[in-house]
Amino acid sequence: MNDANNPPSLYAAQEPIFPRRVSGFFRTFKWWIMAVTLGIYYLTPWIRWDRGPNLPDQAVLVDLAGRRFYFFWIEIWPHEFYFVAGLLIMAGLGLFLFTSALGRVWCGYACPQTVWTDLFILVERWIEGDRNARVRLWKAKWDFKKWRLRITKWTVWLLIAIATGGAWVFYFTDAPRLAVDLFTLNAHPVAYATIGVLTATTFIFGGFMREQVCIYMCPWPRIQGAMMDEDTITVGYREWRGEPRGKKHEGTTGDCIDCMACVNVCPMGIDIRDGQQMECITCALCIDACDDVMEKIGKPRGLIDYLALSDEPLERSGGKAKPIWKHILRPRTLVYTFLWSLIGFGLIFALFIRSEIDMTVSPVRNPTFVTMSDGSIRNAYDIRLLNKHADDREFHMSLTSEELLRINLEGTDDVTVVVPANETKLQRVYVTARRGDPAATAGRTELRFWVEDLISGERAYTNSIFNGTGADQ
Amino acid sequence: MDEPRYDEVTKTYTTGHSYDGIEELNTPLPRWWLWTLYLTIVWAVIYTIAYPAWPLVSSATSGFLGYSTRGEVAAEIARVEEANFELNTQLAAVDLTTLQENAPLQQYAVSAGASVFANNCSQCHGSGAAGSVGYPNLLDDDWLWGGDIEAIATTVRHGIRNEQDEDARYSEMPAYGELLEDGEIPALVAYVKSLSGLDHDAALVEQGAELFMDNCTACHGENGMGDRDQGAPNLTDSVWLYGSSDEALTETITYSRFGVMPPWSPRLSDAQVNAVAAYVHQLGGGE
Repeated sequence: MNDANNPPSLYAAQEPIFPRRVSGFFRTFKWWIMAVTLGIYYLTPWIRWDRGPNLPDQAVLVDLAGRRFYFFWIEIWPHEFYFVAGLLIMAGLGLFLFTSALGRVWCGYACPQTVWTDLFILVERWIEGDRNARVRLWKAKWDFKKWRLRITKWTVWLLIAIATGGAWVFYFTDAPRLAVDLFTLNAHPVAYATIGVLTATTFIFGGFMREQVCIYMCPWPRIQGAMMDEDTITVGYREWRGEPRGKKHEGTTGDCIDCMACVNVCPMGIDIRDGQQMECITCALCIDACDDVMEKIGKPRGLIDYLALSDEPLERSGGKAKPIWKHILRPRTLVYTFLWSLIGFGLIFALFIRSEIDMTVSPVRNPTFVTMSDGSIRNAYDIRLLNKHADDREFHMSLTSEELLRINLEGTDDVTVVVPANETKLQRVYVTARRGDPAATAGRTELRFWVEDLISGERAYTNSIFNGTGADQ
Repeated sequence: MDEPRYDEVTKTYTTGHSYDGIEELNTPLPRWWLWTLYLTIVWAVIYTIAYPAWPLVSSATSGFLGYSTRGEVAAEIARVEEANFELNTQLAAVDLTTLQENAPLQQYAVSAGASVFANNCSQCHGSGAAGSVGYPNLLDDDWLWGGDIEAIATTVRHGIRNEQDEDARYSEMPAYGELLEDGEIPALVAYVKSLSGLDHDAALVEQGAELFMDNCTACHGENGMGDRDQGAPNLTDSVWLYGSSDEALTETITYSRFGVMPPWSPRLSDAQVNAVAAYVHQLGGGE
């Protein structure tokens, strides 16, 4: 980009990158991660999970209209959004933990941008050939062969992109029914629009933008600087071993034969021998490429390797690097692990103490109380009853208080309410204190509402306050 | 602006910008980013043509899409009115005594009534319908003119003690300040307070009772239970529209009271009257 004789423009064109095929431990590992992550993404909506007749049977379902999130045996209601918040905090802390221990492993292995780009490059290689063939094709005129190869490639990319956008919408409604609706053109326009947008982003980001997304659009490469320290394991070049580089017959003494294998396989188009750089996503493909070459020329592996910066002085002076686990186990990563587990255990605990029925009480405060014709004092409460069971339940309501108070429900002489399956019901409840009773003349009297599911015997309570005439005087 | 200079330390050219000797290194922006900027400018221009944007002297350009937020609200109102047309027709014609048997219509009436109430009734009766001195509390079980849903609808439709509507509920209590002797009014006050068990001057009760029999029973009844046909309040209960202090009762007896409520028909449609009656009826005191 910068050479001393030629001042660059203020704007740079995208440099074409043609990553060469490579094989080795990390490449194989990445294939597995790609298979697992893409498998999870595409297949999850199709897993069925029987919840009974009134509830959806999709194992993972974000029901936005019904405001429920189903995850196998777990069902999250809107008021339990703290589970989502907790998971997001865990995801954040997890990212801190992995970055401080292993650098940008997220970028190199698990980021959707990396995974889909990898998949798109795989397709590109199948159709257009490996690096040299692709470079030739890129330089070639737009003849029939070039058009044929390009259009084939774009078509396959587009199919993958449509599948990607298509899989996303299945998380939000019953997948088999939506699939039929999509193909018969009966699905909601929002579904098509979502698929359209995600198809476009997948196609453009995976096919054409690729490393531009990481370098110019993603904030994480910038943030990672604050997350890493000298013990963080990251991909590096042992320049004290490799330099001075050059062909063997030229009489150079370093191990690096300047074969450019590490550069040719790099999906980001950088030279790792220049040292740590923001563009490096630590995908480790250069390690595989270099190890391959080192074996061929009979030198030890690891000229390019996962390294910690703190080992450099040690290795330069001929010593041996600390084992990897000593770099990883350090107070900082232990603190992250501790916090991460703490929230995890908290969420699991919260999951187990959830009850299937619940209530929230909002006292009516306009007015605070009503004087009835017989002189009794009445308070009103809006009580929302929750029934998480898959069938209708009868809820019996009662209250306890040190004072004599009577409860009755609006619109019924009974004190039982039927709450539909997997729904909430808003019920106005009146509590009355007789004329002259302490609760009628006092300012505030504590009371406790109880609700009992007559079938399962589960109980829940909420404390509230009864207002008497005393508060007004 | 200076010529770009090659910086040996960073091995990078400068942009040529130099302010007080501070130079800027040239880290080139991707060209597609520049195109994105141009694209947003083009988009902005199209947007200002398509939507209301450019201010003129007394208005603004309306945009070729003809969009306005006011038009959107009007369309939304029209949509809601059309959607509710069937329910409103039913509600206007419904027999109120059987409204509760029709759960969806009852539900619609109550929520429609709540907004009618907030717009038209809360000024006097309060947003919580608890009323205030002189304006009845609609939450309790005490009703001057009747508390079943039809009586409430009649009150809403024709109002109380107004000249504009000959079907309005009407009654007038005489101002006893002109009819009774000095000293008789405190006795009457004491007797009236004794009816509902309030603290009172026991020595005056006997005289008060006699005065009550002579002057008040025609409307309030012999036992003071009131008469809904005449809107005469029940004096034995705990609800006092104008207060139950000696001063308030003295004022009531001396000068009388004349609470007026305007007629709400035809200002409110039949459906709205029925809706607000259904709403008031379910507030906690309906009969």
